[in-house]
Amino acid sequence: MRAAAETGRTPPLEEAKIPWLRRNRPYLILLPAFLLTAGILYPFGVAIYYSLTNFSFKYEKHSFVGLENWVDMFSDPGFWHSLWVTAKYALLSTGVEMVIGVGVALLLNRESRLARSLRIVLIFPLMIAPVIATLIWQLMINSSVGVIGHALRGIGIVDFTWAADPDTALFTVVLIDAWVYTPFVILLTLAGLRSLPKAPFESARVDGGSAWFTFKNLILPMIMPFLLIALVFRLMVSLQEFSIIFALTSGGPGDTLMTLPLTAYTEGFTYKELGYALPHMLVLWLNVFFASRILIKYWSRAQERASGV
Amino acid sequence: MKRRMLKWIRNLALLAYAAFALFPLLWMLIISFKHDREMYHTIFLFSPTLENYRVLFEKGDYIGYFLNNLWVSAGAVILSIVVGVPAAYALARFKFRGRESIAFTFLSFRFAPEIMVILPLFLIYQRFGLYDTYLGIIWVYQLLTLPLIIWVLRGYFEEIPPEIEYAARLDGYSWFRVFLKTLVPLIKPGLVASALLSFIFAWNSFTFPLLLAGQNVVTTTVAALQYLSSDTVHYGQMAAAVTISILPEVLLALFIQKHLVRGLSFGAVKG
Repeated sequence: MRAAAETGRTPPLEEAKIPWLRRNRPYLILLPAFLLTAGILYPFGVAIYYSLTNFSFKYEKHSFVGLENWVDMFSDPGFWHSLWVTAKYALLSTGVEMVIGVGVALLLNRESRLARSLRIVLIFPLMIAPVIATLIWQLMINSSVGVIGHALRGIGIVDFTWAADPDTALFTVVLIDAWVYTPFVILLTLAGLRSLPKAPFESARVDGGSAWFTFKNLILPMIMPFLLIALVFRLMVSLQEFSIIFALTSGGPGDTLMTLPLTAYTEGFTYKELGYALPHMLVLWLNVFFASRILIKYWSRAQERASGV
Repeated sequence: MKRRMLKWIRNLALLAYAAFALFPLLWMLIISFKHDREMYHTIFLFSPTLENYRVLFEKGDYIGYFLNNLWVSAGAVILSIVVGVPAAYALARFKFRGRESIAFTFLSFRFAPEIMVILPLFLIYQRFGLYDTYLGIIWVYQLLTLPLIIWVLRGYFEEIPPEIEYAARLDGYSWFRVFLKTLVPLIKPGLVASALLSFIFAWNSFTFPLLLAGQNVVTTTVAALQYLSSDTVHYGQMAAAVTISILPEVLLALFIQKHLVRGLSFGAVKG
């Protein structure tokens, strides 16, 4: 301030008149939250370092090995398999949930007694931990106590083995994922549908537009921001889904369900090779990061378009 | 005629989805009242018994798991409220350099792969004695609870006109008193809803307590898995245990129903 007075210039207002404590108030208020999480995120940086070492829980010492883990991983067919399984799982479960979720939401968006009461109870699965949901489904599909097993036997199917068969294992985990998370898509789509103005639809009806025409040209663009938010959240979370697969098959049968999180878990905690486990997760994290960036960009564009209509 | 048919198909589709979503829960309830003797040769007709629940409570360790889950989840939520409410306020009210980056950093915690956080954290926790402690679990749960509270409440704070604050300040109240006496009551519905929803997130967490805790802090999610890996599976007890562990969440969900969309989308959808 004094320096400013000496040069005879009026100092920029906000920098000179406001005391330090006041000026940095937002940062100070944010500090506790930041300190609290910095302690957990510090390992995030450490992860990159350890991925360049041969660190193992089995030995005391570790040494710097450069890119060896990364090179090993990229030349390991198991890694490419994991990447493929992760993508398959995420795209399949997200796709199924989006389609069923939007469909059911459209059906629920009317004022019948059935729709009103279902709107309340259909969200229950979403509140249940995925690992618990897996147990609940075990009770359904188990060959000795499962009710579905009874029903299938009733119609003559006796050899449907769900998660134990490489051909149906993915179907089974996607089924459980869809059971838990479809209500999330339903909830967001319903919120979108409720935000729609009435007028355009009345004029569309007067003009004799078909239901499909109304949906495609009026409803869909307007609820797009809601659908994209649902898509972002579903995709990001299902890319890293661990507990459903872990509880159901631990990645098996064989390596059928070895997604990246399952592989990293096995390398890190079963084989105790932390240095080799970490690059798998760093690759996953990069994917999640960029996918979310792209989708969020789409989202803000869709939001502008929806409010522009 | 065509119209009636359409309505019929619509209701049928809706009921089919409802059966898919709700029947597993019903089946779990049924099995929890079924005695092991009747487990394998009956479906719906059996003599209901409270035996499974009795065994569960008599053995006693499940109550311990339940309480563990309660302490770590409640602890995590309280800690998140204490640091998260002021943070949300700062992100809503002040314009400062790096505001959006800071806000998005908090949001990105939600999308941080859990296993990736756990692997190095496992090492650090063991070195500093946080492994298998309540404090350690409560701390790592901040990744689940804090982003939710900050992002939902930021939206609520943004909806309060700053004039209310100025008026109270002119009346001579200190900034902190204004915050506590005028702002907090205004965001209360959002605060309650996001606190309860983040409680559900913490309650449901599985990977963190599985890998960062051992014998001391077994939560219900981790304990439930033991029913599968043991040699003789008592399906009835497993169903009873699962029923008890999801009961609080279903009740909370009914309670915060109106705020659910806003909470689950981290404030992106105002619902």
